[in-house]
Order: sequence, then structure tokens, then C-alpha cells
Amino acid sequence: MTQASLNVPPGAPIDKDKRNWIVTTCAVGGAGVAAVAVPFVSTFQPSERAKAAGASVEVDISTMKPGEKLTVEWRGKPVWIVRRTPEQLAGLAKLDSQLADPKSQRKPGELTPEYARNENRSIKPEYFVAVGICTHLGCSPSDKFTPGAQPSLPDDWAGGFLCACHGSTFDIAGRVYKNKPAPDNLEVPPHMYLSDAKLLIGEDKKA
Amino acid sequence: MAEFKEISPDAPAAARLMNWVDNRFPASKLYKEHMSEYYAPKNFNFWYVFGSLALLVLVIQIVTGIFLTMHYKPDAALAFGSVEYIMRDVPWGWLIRYMHSTGASAFFIVVYLHMFRGLLYGSYRKPRELIWIFGCAIFLALMAEAFMGYLLPWGQMSYWGAQVIVNLFAAIPFIGPDLALLIRGDYVVGDATLNRFFAFHVIAVPLVLLGLVVAHLIALHEVGSNNPDGVEIKAKKDAAGKPLDGIPFHPYYTVHDIFAVSVFLMIFSAIIFFAPEAGGYFLEYNNFIPADPLKTPLHIAPVWYFTPYYSMLRAITSEMMYALIACVLAGAVLGVLKAKIAALFKLVIVGAAVVLIGAMLMIDAKFWGVVVMGGAVIILFFLPWLDNSAAKSIRYRPTWHSWLYGIFVVNFLVLGYLGINPPSLINERVSQVGTLFYFGFFLLMPWWSRLGTFRPVPDRVTFAAH
Repeated sequence: MTQASLNVPPGAPIDKDKRNWIVTTCAVGGAGVAAVAVPFVSTFQPSERAKAAGASVEVDISTMKPGEKLTVEWRGKPVWIVRRTPEQLAGLAKLDSQLADPKSQRKPGELTPEYARNENRSIKPEYFVAVGICTHLGCSPSDKFTPGAQPSLPDDWAGGFLCACHGSTFDIAGRVYKNKPAPDNLEVPPHMYLSDAKLLIGEDKKA
Repeated sequence: MAEFKEISPDAPAAARLMNWVDNRFPASKLYKEHMSEYYAPKNFNFWYVFGSLALLVLVIQIVTGIFLTMHYKPDAALAFGSVEYIMRDVPWGWLIRYMHSTGASAFFIVVYLHMFRGLLYGSYRKPRELIWIFGCAIFLALMAEAFMGYLLPWGQMSYWGAQVIVNLFAAIPFIGPDLALLIRGDYVVGDATLNRFFAFHVIAVPLVLLGLVVAHLIALHEVGSNNPDGVEIKAKKDAAGKPLDGIPFHPYYTVHDIFAVSVFLMIFSAIIFFAPEAGGYFLEYNNFIPADPLKTPLHIAPVWYFTPYYSMLRAITSEMMYALIACVLAGAVLGVLKAKIAALFKLVIVGAAVVLIGAMLMIDAKFWGVVVMGGAVIILFFLPWLDNSAAKSIRYRPTWHSWLYGIFVVNFLVLGYLGINPPSLINERVSQVGTLFYFGFFLLMPWWSRLGTFRPVPDRVTFAAH
């Protein structure tokens, strides 16, 4: 309301004391409203049930043949286990120059656990374990294991994964090729071998 | 505040009732201000029907939406089945559902045409900036509404579309991953996400949308409509204070709009009855497969109305970043050499450019893709201050301006077409050129909109009685 509507003569002195109290009241009220917003925004966080659902998964890998892939669900995400052939493993080192991060040095703590920070990105060279979610915008890439020219892929394709959403390509160790929308290699989840045939996804020896 | 008005006790009952109401609620006053004595320019053409049509579609969406919630289940285990249940077992449920799904696409068609009308006739220029800003906010709310609604059927496209868009937020440096977690309420798109999107879709966003529509209309009725000539009709009034070129909204434009509504409903019904999926464009085929968190469909694309923006997102690759950095450099150099501003501002420009280029080199292209996609919508808000042309309406602007607008429309459609298609090298190159053109059109507008020979704008609107 303007001064005129309150019938205060223009130029009348401002009651400083009253004004200070108004400012203080508004500030305290505003702080109260902000504090009330906290519980409301907090409800957006994952619930206790969602957090508890992140339990680890045990997988039997004894029946896998070389060149085969298995998908299991862990924390609602697809986790791939690929048993690689000797040829696939031999080809990995040759690709280094075409890859964005061949040595898995970016965000090492988040994407590649220490025990997988090698050329194969795995504990045992043969078995590759990765979260099958593209690091670009979260699509699940599809298998393109057959080498050679094919639609959406380069002519000298060495076999790996293609994310059909935005065209990112990954090699058979989940390492992203250069100049693709995806910035990072596929995430290797924490995992460990309980025995030669049993793999545990979601936990490793550190924990 | 109006004074209490007495009416003769002998007056007809209807008049006495109206007087009773008017003394307590400004019913007649509102009717006069917004209908019978709201003077709109008499030279409106067909471009002016899309506002009313948008309101009609909003009503269709709200009514059909209410009936759909009576049968739909916002639960990851039940959602897909409940939509199929509506389609097969609920009497006439298929009609309500197809009205709602077709209505979503119709909404965007109508709104895009409505916005283009504004562009053609300079309807966003002074004093209508706030109408335009409220309108852009409506467009933004509509996009949120459409996106969240698309998750609800819990098909493959719903699921993976939401996964991709929510992950866009994760690309924001520092706060991104936590923000994406807050949006999803889980580590992946899941039941929690579906449930909250349902709440947003059926109540939160519609409330905001309705509020904005009211603000849009109040602002419009305060300043009055623009018209195809871009002439202010309030500048020439008769002795009674009515604009000489104005006619009452009711009955003149209500009749005009009823005709448009009839044509619209014919097309709308034809789509609902004969092609409700519109060849996979209104309802995508992959969305008839239940959501599977372990398998992405081979080709995922958003619904057609998002594809121009989606193309821009895909256009930003790490190679494209060099082109963008070159653009920022060129902009800064031009600003320093050409702009007529104080030296201090030029220093600010140089500083901002250096910071921006540094950030562009340091942060992933993925984040800048998101910035470009968001920026493509946000830039519309600034249109009233970007357009410097001497005439509001395209009718009195240089002929090449209309060609430029034509190219802009074609470019937008091409971007939309590319966004539907799978990624490829040629697709990427064309969308990169298209993205640069889209932003160039707006960012260079302060300069190009002044160029050329403008035709004289008449004092009164051009109108031939018919």
C-alpha cells in the first residue's frame, strides 16, 4: 500500500523502530518457511526401502561359454558378465589410440575399482563385469560382438557395444571410443569371486 | 468497490436476481470486461484462432485426464496393465484414453502455431512482453506436463525416455548426480519415480498451468490484442472511448472461434477414430511393450513435439564444442569492436567470454548439450528484447525477413525430423548446422531485425468488410 492510501502525509518521517520490527518479522517468518521446505524436499530422496534394495547379487558363471554374455539385475540396473574369447582379449591393446580413456584414469573411484584398472578392466582377464548403462544418458547399449562393417558402426569395428540412443560405441572392455557423446567408460561395479564358479556383484574385498 | 444498487421491485425476476448477484459478485462486470465489451481488432485472420483452441484442448485434457485417473494405477507393477485395462475393459475407456493421448499432440500443434503467430505479427513487442513471458512459461509447463505424462503408461519408451531425460540433469556439474537422484527417488527410474510423476502430472503442474493461463489472459485483456497489422487500435477511439477498429469479442470472435472449433474437432475426431497412433508419432510402437529396465529398445526417440530440441541435444559433440567456442570468441570480438557501450562493459564481455570458454573446455560436451537444449527454450523468453525491427508485423517488414522466417520454420521442422531418426554422421552434421542457425536467428536478431527497408505502417488496420 502506498503512503497516500494510508492517509499519511507525503514526506512524513518513517518510524524506524516499526520498520526494523517489520524487517525482522519478515526475516524470521522467511526462515520458518525455508525450514518447513526441508522436510518436503527431503521426501524426494530415495526411501529407506529403495536404499535397502541395493543388496548384492550372487551369479553362477560356471556354465558360461567363451563369447557369451549374461545379464543380471543389481540395484535395478542391468549388470553384464561377458566371458571374452582369447581373440577379443588380444585385440584390446591395439585399440588404445582410438579410445577416450584407454587406461581408465577418469573418475577412477566412481567408474573403475582399483582391481579392474588394467587393460581388460577386470579381475580375471576372461570375465568382464560392467553396469550395462551408457555413461551418456543412461540407455542400455546393445551387443555388437561380431567384428567388421555393419550399420551405425565403423568399417574396422573390432566388436563391442553400441548405444543406439546417441551412437556411443564401447570396446569389449567397456571403454568408450573418442568423439562420442558418452564421456566415460562403462562403470565396473564392485564385485568379487566367491569361488571359480560364483561371482558376487555389489560387494568387494575392501568392504 | 461498487455501491449497493437498488432495483425497482417491479423489475423482472431475472433482472432482480442479476442485481442481487452483482451486488455481491462482479458477474456482469466481468462478462462485460472480458466478453461483450472487450474490444478486439476487427482484422483478425485465421492465425488468431489458436489461442482459443489451446484453451479448448486444455479443457479436453483436464476432463479426459480426470476420468483416466479413475481407472489408472500409478504403480510400476500395475501401471502398464491398468492402461491396457482402460483400453480393453473399461466401457468407452479407449475413447477417453485416445482423446487424452491425441490431445497431447494436438496441444503442441496448436501451441506451436499460436507461438508462430506471435512471431509473425510481433505480438510480443511493447507493451505485450509479459503476455509473451507468461506464454513461454506455459510452454515450459506444458513440456514438463507432457514429459511426465508420457512415463505413466510405463511402456518401454516411457521408461527409457524418462531415464534419458532425468539423466540430462545428472550432467550438471557438482549437483547433477544428487539432483537426478532427487528427481527419481531411486537409483534408477522406478516405482518411486512413476508415483511422483503421477502426482506432478495430475495436480502440481496442471495447477501451475491454470494459474499461468489466467495470468496470460489477464495481461492480454489489460493491454488488448495485437493484430496482423501490428497497429495499436487503442490509439484511435470514438467519442464513447471505444477503439474505432475494435469489435466486441462476443459475439464477433466467439462465432469466429466456434467455426475454428468445429474444424478442429473434425480433424481431432478423425485422428482419434482412424489413426489414434498417427503412424507411431503420437503413440510410439515401443510403448506397447511393458517397461524393461534391463533392455533399451534399439531405437529410442522422444515424441515428435520434443524432437527439434532433442536434435539440438544430440548435435553437441566434443567436435561441435570447438565450433561453439569459435562462436563465443567471435561474439566477444564483435562485442568489443562494434558495440557502442562503455569500456567497463567491454571488459565484462571479455571476462565472461574467457570464463565461458574455460568452462567449455573443462566440462563435458554432454553438459553443454543439455545447456543448448534448455537454452533453445529459454531464449524464447527474451524475444521481446531481441527484436529491434521498426515495424511489429511481418506485413511491413522487408520481404527478406519473411524468407528468413520461412527458413527458420523449415530448419525447425528438419531438426524435428532428424530427432525422430537414429543417429548417423550426416544426421549429426545437419543438426549441428541447424542448431547454429536456430541460435543465430535469435542471438543475431538485435542486428538483422533492423536491416532492410521497412514499409510504412498505416494508422488504421487494413480491413475489407465481408
